[in-house]
Amino acid sequence: MELNEIAYKEELCPKITMFKIYTPELVRKAKAGQFVILRAYDHSERIPMSIGHLDREEGLLTIVVMEVGMSTAEIVRMEAGEKFMDVVGPLGLPTHIKKYGTCVVIGGGVGIPPINPIARALKEEGNKVYGIIGARSRELVILEDLVKEAVDELIVTTDDGSYGMKGFVTDALQKLIDDGVKIEFVMAIGPVIMMKNVAKLTEKYDIETWVSLNPIMVDGTGMCGGCRVTVGGETKFACVDGPDFDGHKVNYDELMQRQGLYVDQEKIAYDDYLHRCKIGLRKPKKETKSQ
Amino acid sequence: MAIEQKKKDEIQYVEPGQIGKVIKKDRRKIPRVVMPEQKPEERVKNFNEVPYGLTPELAIKEAQRCLECKNQPCVPGCPVEVDIPGFISLVTEGKFVDAARKIKETNSLPAVCGRVCPQEEQCEIVCILSKKDKPVAIGHLERFVADYEREAGKIEVPEIKASTGKKVAIVGSGPAGLTVAGDLAKLGHKVVVFEALHRAGGVLVYGIPEFRLPKTIVQSEVDYLKLMGVEVKTSTVIGKLKSIDELLDEEGFDAVFIGTGAGLPNFMRIPGENLGGVYSANEYLTRNNLMRAFDFPKSPTPVKSGKNVAVLGGGNTAMDSVRTALRLGADNGYIVYRRSRNEMPARIDEIHHAEQEGVQFKFLTTPIRFIGDENNWVKAMECLQMELGEPDSSGRRRPIPIEGSNYEIPVDTVIIAIGNSSNPLIPQSTPGLETNKWGNIIVKDDSMLSSREGVYAGGDIVTGGATVILAAGAGKKAARAIHDYIMSKK
Repeated sequence: MELNEIAYKEELCPKITMFKIYTPELVRKAKAGQFVILRAYDHSERIPMSIGHLDREEGLLTIVVMEVGMSTAEIVRMEAGEKFMDVVGPLGLPTHIKKYGTCVVIGGGVGIPPINPIARALKEEGNKVYGIIGARSRELVILEDLVKEAVDELIVTTDDGSYGMKGFVTDALQKLIDDGVKIEFVMAIGPVIMMKNVAKLTEKYDIETWVSLNPIMVDGTGMCGGCRVTVGGETKFACVDGPDFDGHKVNYDELMQRQGLYVDQEKIAYDDYLHRCKIGLRKPKKETKSQ
Repeated sequence: MAIEQKKKDEIQYVEPGQIGKVIKKDRRKIPRVVMPEQKPEERVKNFNEVPYGLTPELAIKEAQRCLECKNQPCVPGCPVEVDIPGFISLVTEGKFVDAARKIKETNSLPAVCGRVCPQEEQCEIVCILSKKDKPVAIGHLERFVADYEREAGKIEVPEIKASTGKKVAIVGSGPAGLTVAGDLAKLGHKVVVFEALHRAGGVLVYGIPEFRLPKTIVQSEVDYLKLMGVEVKTSTVIGKLKSIDELLDEEGFDAVFIGTGAGLPNFMRIPGENLGGVYSANEYLTRNNLMRAFDFPKSPTPVKSGKNVAVLGGGNTAMDSVRTALRLGADNGYIVYRRSRNEMPARIDEIHHAEQEGVQFKFLTTPIRFIGDENNWVKAMECLQMELGEPDSSGRRRPIPIEGSNYEIPVDTVIIAIGNSSNPLIPQSTPGLETNKWGNIIVKDDSMLSSREGVYAGGDIVTGGATVILAAGAGKKAARAIHDYIMSKK
């Protein structure tokens, strides 16, 4: 197996694909909560990606990619045996793992994978870990078995009630609180609106809550400042100061705005790409000249 | 294009020594060469390099202006101590390739330095000619011979000493790191350069635009180092994937040089700074230079550069940003600077080029907030007019706001180019590595040795934002010290 080679690929549901990439040194060094930056080919964008699982024995990094635009479309069309041009990392600061007592890790949509390593690390420290994972409907509930293995108890929610509890992850969290579970620490990863709502709920109960942010990023090492977020009134760079931040201090509205800065261009690039796929120019030639 | 073609044809036909030397007393009658360049109205529509370079005739003529004076003040003027009279003398004889190699004895990056060094503050300012006339165009000549050697396909591996069996890790592939790499490789050491980004060159590839420093030239300087046996590992973040201690203790490196550059961009810390359309210069330039956003959607990374673009700051990075904005279609490109023209830190050449291209300068102006539209995109910038007061600690007159002078400039893109603070990745992950209050690594002046044995540092990570050649100069000093250290180590 060569470095950055795709060892395994699985479509988890339409538009969402899981990859296991061979990158042993990175996998050995990475800690729960960190992220990587991928480049599919030499011409490709740099795409920050959460770590879904770290298989230290096999040296495999699990990532889960949802096709939302040109660059992710290009990635999900890669096959086992192909190699990513770059897998850079581990980037960002690890989640602050310690003995809290009872913890709840919450993942929504493609935010489900990154709660897996965090849940495992929390459990290793001797915490009791509840997992809540949510999606719009049954088919979008991904990696349930993996997360189930990582936590002590798992609650699944779907917006439409097609699987597990009907409702949002916040409903499940509210229920845990109502049932008298004394929660010391909450980690929430998912759509910004979900993280905002989780934080709003836990603030009422004064529960320490951290969220993992995914703003637009270029280099991932602090150099460009594109990933700046406002936390407690201060500008922070998600790539080097985060990606984890105190959920009660994040300016979520600004984060949402900044995530949408390139919506128009993303659409242009995506349409252009799909058009090229259609006329058979999908795979741009890999440049062989390496640096 | 026509001129470029002409230049190439001429290069093929000029033989060394073909053009006769003028006699010494006539030398002073030769006017300083004017570098041919793209017309401003043309070049603002493309990203091609602005100057075309000298022709062999122009180069020889310019080289003949050198008086070959005894004192050679230009040599100590150069941070990397290039034998300037030596290479210029070879140019007068038409021995361009030899001239390039003469430079490369001390400077591994002549094609880069010939383009981006501030010669007017270094070697040229001390040229004896500048007392009565204009100095020899040393930078133009350096650039010419480096280009000549490359274009003629004459780049060869220089003499490399027998392998010492010693191994040195270089963190960062900018001008400091590449210089250390070149110097140590020549001395027979195994050198591995680690670069966090996916292309080697550091600021030379992500920061300086194509129209000032074509990326193929950076690539060829990196290739030259590879010819010398230097290994370059891109997409490898030291401080994350490997620590400095792991390089020393586990991977068998005898010494480490840290040349990670300026790092985190500074912001103004004023309201509205996180609106859409407000960029750091680092991000704006990286999107364009490294990620080639000007070629969107063929290159998938976008940049949103508007019609009314304000760049805050007065340095070279500010000039690079505003000139990029014009090329991306801005109708109005403003430099907004809180002091006056005299205090601007940018090179005169760069300011001049920007002016020619139609950049508008708003001096003595400070923004106090950015105003957004209904989509949270910047639409205007509220500014204060300033006046100059007493000199401050930098010796420059301090700008003082004039009360009630508030006014708005309509803008749809703002680029903040007010400097960088140091990147925390290495200091955070290297116990015992001392930094100053700004996070810059503290080193000994003579050796660039940090507080850790075997760990050296140089360039912007030590000085804060400075120039390519100062970084190269620091690299040179560090290379000497590293060589002495590893050779004395048992």
